[in-house]
Amino acid sequence: MALTETDLRRLARLARIRVEDAEVGTLVTQLSGILGLIDQLQAVDTHGIEPLSHALDLEQRLRPDEVTEVDRREQFQAVAPQVEAGLYLVPKVIE
Amino acid sequence: MNLATTSLKQLAGALRKRQVSSRELAQAYLERIARLDPMLGAFITTDHECTLQQADAADSRIASGTAGPLTGIPVAHKDIFCTQGWLTTCGSKMLSNFVSPYDAHVIEQFKAAGALILGKTNMDEFAMGSSNETSFYGTVKNPWDLTRVPGGSSGGSAAAVAARLAPAATATDTGGSIRQPAALCGISGIKPTYGLVSRYGMIAYASSLDQGGVVAPSAEDLGIVLNTMVGFDARDSTSIQRPSEDYTALLEQPLHGLRIGLPKEFFSGGVSADVERAIEAALQEYERLGATRVDISLPNTALSVPVYYVLAPAEASSNLSRFDGVRFGWRAPQYDDLADMYERSRAQGFGSEVKRRILTGTYVLSRGYYDAYYLQAQRVRRLIVNDFKNAFTQCDVIMGPSTPTVAFGFGEKTGDPVQMYLSDIFTISVNLAGLPGLSIPAGFGQGGLPVGLQLIGDYFSEAHLLNLAHRYQQATDWHSRIPALASA
Repeated sequence: MALTETDLRRLARLARIRVEDAEVGTLVTQLSGILGLIDQLQAVDTHGIEPLSHALDLEQRLRPDEVTEVDRREQFQAVAPQVEAGLYLVPKVIE
Repeated sequence: MNLATTSLKQLAGALRKRQVSSRELAQAYLERIARLDPMLGAFITTDHECTLQQADAADSRIASGTAGPLTGIPVAHKDIFCTQGWLTTCGSKMLSNFVSPYDAHVIEQFKAAGALILGKTNMDEFAMGSSNETSFYGTVKNPWDLTRVPGGSSGGSAAAVAARLAPAATATDTGGSIRQPAALCGISGIKPTYGLVSRYGMIAYASSLDQGGVVAPSAEDLGIVLNTMVGFDARDSTSIQRPSEDYTALLEQPLHGLRIGLPKEFFSGGVSADVERAIEAALQEYERLGATRVDISLPNTALSVPVYYVLAPAEASSNLSRFDGVRFGWRAPQYDDLADMYERSRAQGFGSEVKRRILTGTYVLSRGYYDAYYLQAQRVRRLIVNDFKNAFTQCDVIMGPSTPTVAFGFGEKTGDPVQMYLSDIFTISVNLAGLPGLSIPAGFGQGGLPVGLQLIGDYFSEAHLLNLAHRYQQATDWHSRIPALASA
């Protein structure tokens, strides 16, 4: 299936990736090629086949509801772009 | 001691007998890296001070008689494993400023074993690539021919081991990223059964497929390293809890009666003549060792590539949403508001292949397409798993080429992503099924470039696969051939 420029811009917005006008043409062509590859799947008869999300049918483990994490806020915030008083700073979202 | 011709097992023996100290070993490898890596670009980071400190600690441990098999051995780590105090980039500008505040489980295991961190190796950005050409840190050159790719995504680890800049290196494999570069660089590489190696601290690409493993010259060395790497970890929700196993225990077993399954889909077209010849010669060697051939079929092999390029991008688009420029990683220097900050940070931090996969994943998960693409791919994934289940009722191991061709040239496949994707045709289905896979050197093809033989086993058959590889390596010497550059 061929992708349109409008489709691409919508995807980019959903994915929160800024796309410059100059990139749109190439991306449309490349993604259309990838969609052409994955479109092969449409021809496969999978009637009655259950989707498989995980190769080994594992059950999720449960653990006791106990606090196991130690406070490492300082170390984790040391790699953040902008912090103040233990908080992550982002541009203002509420006026 | 000639590092170019000494195996990890021999190094361990020399350390134990005090013929060499860990410090001397570390210095010798660091010297090789400083001298040869500028030609290859296999390493992103080395830290002499840190490595030598670890070496001194290992020497004390050896002196006190509490050393294990890997104590004092330098190991290189793919830059996808979070390493406390070390720059951990995943080959991306997005993490070009990320000094990890914690260790991956794999790194913890190596530290506990007393192994040294020799450095962090180059890789395709976020492990997305088959040629190491998508790394923010530049391409890695194939040590056998500097105009060729080393494969990917673990191209740095494979090139480092091929040039004997490290006795072994960790790697990861989501669609072939251990086996394909191992094949193209003429070394051995194992992707264990999904769930054996913890994904904790291993930066996520496609979580239902990602699996850590090892590259080293020989199967015997792979087994020794795997013994340290495998282990249950409660912090990985899909980590497998089973009794620990010695992956070197079966190495010497004879191969009489071994049934080798040859999927017709791995041999019908698409494989270049030089690769086919080398694989045929390897199969004849196995026959001399007592094995027989069984013709089998994995009918859905061709569909593994489209299935992968639905599921892996879908998982990636979700996993990589964490890179938002808020808690860690790249933040755009200028932006208007919060949404603009996200969009610019991600546009600047991610390279083009990563963006393509995030956009593809966003597409297949979006409303109206989820059933047609994502669920359909999961259904075909089951068909692929069933193919393997049927195959293993007829044979003990599946063999074939690891890759359709020997190493290709830089830029040869970068113009058309689909061509690049198809180069993983023989490795991807193994990840979809979660099976263990191994690639070992099996001679040389066009241009004197290495050919890899792939061995695919049933779940948890790693020790058996290593046995099959080891017996072959006792009868041949492909795995001990080194590129001219490495003997310099």
